[in-house]
Amino acid sequence: MSTIMKLFKTALQSLIGNGLKTWLNVFVLSISFVMIILMQGLLQGWSKQAVEDAKKWEIADGQYWQEKYDPYDFFTIDSSTMVIPESFQQDIKNKKIEPILITQGTIYPDGHMQGVLLKGIRPDQQMLDLPTHFLTTKTEEIPVMIGAYMAKQTKLRMNDVLTLRWRDKNGTFEAADIRVVGIFKSTVPAVDAGVVWLPLDRLESMTLNEGCANILIKSPEVQVVSTDDWNYVSVDKLTESTLLMVKTKSIGTSVFYLIFLLLAMLAIFDTQTLSIFRRQKEIGTMVAMGMTQKQVVWHFTLEGSLNALLALVVGSIWGAPLFWYMSVKGYSFPMDAADFGIPMADTMYTMITPKLVIGTILFIFIVTAIVSYLPARKIAKMNPTDAIRGKVL
Amino acid sequence: MNMKTIVEVKNLTKNFPVGAGFFTALSGVDLQFSEGEFAGLVGPSGSGKTTLLNIIGSLDIPSKGEVIVLQQSIGKLTAKQAANLRKHQLGFIFQSYNLLPVYTVFENVEFPLLLLNMSAEERKERVMETLKWVGLTDKVKSRPAQLSGGECQRVAIARAMVKRPVLVLADEPTANLDSKNSHNILQTMLKLNEEFKTSFIFATHDDKVIAYLKRIIRLEDGKVVSDEQVKPTNK
Repeated sequence: MSTIMKLFKTALQSLIGNGLKTWLNVFVLSISFVMIILMQGLLQGWSKQAVEDAKKWEIADGQYWQEKYDPYDFFTIDSSTMVIPESFQQDIKNKKIEPILITQGTIYPDGHMQGVLLKGIRPDQQMLDLPTHFLTTKTEEIPVMIGAYMAKQTKLRMNDVLTLRWRDKNGTFEAADIRVVGIFKSTVPAVDAGVVWLPLDRLESMTLNEGCANILIKSPEVQVVSTDDWNYVSVDKLTESTLLMVKTKSIGTSVFYLIFLLLAMLAIFDTQTLSIFRRQKEIGTMVAMGMTQKQVVWHFTLEGSLNALLALVVGSIWGAPLFWYMSVKGYSFPMDAADFGIPMADTMYTMITPKLVIGTILFIFIVTAIVSYLPARKIAKMNPTDAIRGKVL
Repeated sequence: MNMKTIVEVKNLTKNFPVGAGFFTALSGVDLQFSEGEFAGLVGPSGSGKTTLLNIIGSLDIPSKGEVIVLQQSIGKLTAKQAANLRKHQLGFIFQSYNLLPVYTVFENVEFPLLLLNMSAEERKERVMETLKWVGLTDKVKSRPAQLSGGECQRVAIARAMVKRPVLVLADEPTANLDSKNSHNILQTMLKLNEEFKTSFIFATHDDKVIAYLKRIIRLEDGKVVSDEQVKPTNK
């Protein structure tokens, strides 16, 4: 048996011999293990859901932006409205590319004025999950659909009629009544908040922008082509800000599990530090029996680190079913996720990857080893004759 | 019979720093111990018995002079060499037993063997054999807190003897025991001394121990005042 294995055996015996105190430390540490994996798993699940939903509802396999288009600058919208080049027409006809025409407008729900983005889309499109079939509704007014969040904000309901004001391409103000013919629920704020969807041909004629668009949504079935005046923006680029937001949330959430981890580490550090005082005779005796000071340090570092190993076992016992449940059944929020105004589904599922599990295990093992090593190093400096007599340090 | 010398103490002085000065625990001690001895360092508290035992046991080093244990000069050993000497050749028995409280009797006795290259099977065999000598085979799974003082000291003896050391150093081994247990313990140690020729050096001022000794070295104020071979009165 190698020296490490012998030390491992003595450390494990000692740890188990500590009884209830060990199991309390182990339980607290197992909570850290499970919470870190669960929270990070939820956030990873959220990231995945946000990207998947964004692809389904908004960006498909990427978008071509008219080169002047900037979604964060409303002043670019009019100047980025451009006739769709001939090179895209065949794919548009085959529904492999969906043109979106965008302009600014103002609605007057309940007598209040509110600026909106008017987005024109073909009602028979099938590339996005947007329920654009609503826009085929025959009505005297212009049929429009809005998202649930927008409906809630503006207190609009199905079949509400209200006034819409916009400017055509010449800058002339126009106004007409619109009827809400559809309200859809989406986890993607970009298709919901402040957006009014209209049939593309109606918006074209309203703004005198026939055959024009600001963005073109690409299906995965067609290759990216380079075209003058239109820039391809990839899925990664389009979801960058969403993932950054989830990452920010992840850092914020880290505070919670760091508190758990800190509690566990305090418990281990406390146990190990107290051990120096309480177990001086033991340490002196071990040295008298032939242990080197280095071995004593190893013994106590291993003993502390084994807390993490036991916590891993305990955490697996009660955490694994929880992870399974959360990844299959998910966690449903008690309130409507649309209220948050962020890309979050009503039910969130954890996404637990081997990288997350291994990373968490390594992280906790390293932190535990450090807090175990620090007091153990102090032990090494103890005079064995004093230790045997139990002289206080 | 000419017995092999296992410990040589030459002009040993040991000082401990106290405030700005120092306290002399041992001064000019010269002694020799041979294989198979059953000897005692006898004297009142503060006479230097434990200090001498600690230096022979390589737990401490001389301030002056030389202590040679099994051909190794204690003052010149590195920490690792000293640990090796203790691991292979020396056994310790303490006044308050110093058993590892979280371990069972079996694990306590097995501990020194874990530090040696010995298979699990060999360790088990050796531990059980040693526990048989001290009459504790029925307590293998007990923890020290579940044992009486006499039983604890017998576990400590088993732990000291399990690796078959050349020399056992016993510091006041009967101080916490009643008369009956003290005699049992001493008889066990004497039996081991006679059967295995293991040398025992005691630090004691207990008359019950003194009655078993074959050699009595009296210490006073850190100096040897007498050193005589005696016939055990309690054998």
